[in-house]
Amino acid sequence: MTAIPLGVLDTGSANLASVLAAFCRMGVSPCLVRDADALRRADRLVLPGVGAFGAVMANLRTLGAADALTERITNGRPLLAICLGFQVLGVASAEAPGVAGLGIFSGVTQRYPASVRVPQLGWNSVTPTRADGVVQPGHAFFANSYYLDAADDAWSASYAEHGVRFVAAAERGSQLACQFHPELSGRWGAGLLQRWWARC
Amino acid sequence: MLTCRVIPCLDTTDGRVVKGVRFQHLRDAGAPVELAVRYEGEGADELVLLDVTATTSSRGHALDTVRAIRRVLAIPLTVGGGIRGVADAVAVLEAGADKVAVNTAAYRDPALITALAERFGAQCVTLSIDAAAAGDDWMVVVRAGTENTLRSVVDWARTGEALGAGEILLTSMDRDGTRSGYHLALLQSVASQVGLPVVASGGARTPQDMIAAIAAGADAVLAASMFHDGDTTIAETKQALRTAGVAVRL
Repeated sequence: MTAIPLGVLDTGSANLASVLAAFCRMGVSPCLVRDADALRRADRLVLPGVGAFGAVMANLRTLGAADALTERITNGRPLLAICLGFQVLGVASAEAPGVAGLGIFSGVTQRYPASVRVPQLGWNSVTPTRADGVVQPGHAFFANSYYLDAADDAWSASYAEHGVRFVAAAERGSQLACQFHPELSGRWGAGLLQRWWARC
Repeated sequence: MLTCRVIPCLDTTDGRVVKGVRFQHLRDAGAPVELAVRYEGEGADELVLLDVTATTSSRGHALDTVRAIRRVLAIPLTVGGGIRGVADAVAVLEAGADKVAVNTAAYRDPALITALAERFGAQCVTLSIDAAAAGDDWMVVVRAGTENTLRSVVDWARTGEALGAGEILLTSMDRDGTRSGYHLALLQSVASQVGLPVVASGGARTPQDMIAAIAAGADAVLAASMFHDGDTTIAETKQALRTAGVAVRL
């Protein structure tokens, strides 16, 4: 069995090329992962996400990946969850009422208020709550309509504002979940990916 | 807080960047990958890549250019031109786009907007609208400006939002390539009628034009000639925006 230093879960959504390209620029060769077995074997796992909450959860369950994913996250194994990959860690989302998320976070994602442009598309300033985290202060690129307002205590959160204060990222050891797209966040994002890699 | 995006636009055909005036008289403006690298280095917040002859020559988008740019680009890439259906969108996304811009095909078959939004999410779908002035109003033009639909731009923008689009890229065809400033009244009328982010396009010459567009309600400002011809750099532009009190990423 070949080792998988970095697996990127193919959830059947878009934007995979950008995630793969970002790691290639770091000199890392990512491997696309499409089943529960490969998902367990990967040393480090990226859960990307572009699309709709309900569709991605249905896809994870079809692949048999939901349980394997929950198991490796609960065991503290290296994880990078991006955008919708971050949102499916919650218990549910206002985007798809009745569809259960993975339940790693106890929060339910909500839609941004009508007082701001939705989707949020662009660079927002991110403020971490701890100084020595993987996430450092800076501007990150966001593309989302839904947000999580608080992270669970076991995770160190970073925050941003778009009509409301929301969780921009949550980290715990070698696990990093970002509402923003590190792969599209220029030099700041590349630095973040390198620090995450160094923690794994 | 969310900052205002400055977006260079690469109009391409046959693997080269071109620029015209009012969509006509295309002239060469450089190599796409070189320009993409330069613009990201100068602080571009996003890059838009439009294959401007794909629809009129009935072919899809040039995917090699998308792939080559993706390898080097670490900021968002929006790709448009020749996206006729979901399969074309999948192809440009797999090649490295983060968002797809639809124009003529979405106008002909509005269900395309919904199909794309359901599959990829609204944030992935940019509705590109080319507007031509008609008295006090603006009409939607399609097929790279060669066909006037006589439909109101505001009405089409609102319809696009209801169908699931995540952004409006609003180009004033009358101002395109003329460097006479954005069409502020057009921007104002659309930005006040939709809840989506609106990208101003067509006519930029100076950072002051961009400040005016943002004041008129634009969430992002797009320009091509102004940057290609070296009138100013993106870094200088963003500095000028900040000095004027606009939130930008520097």
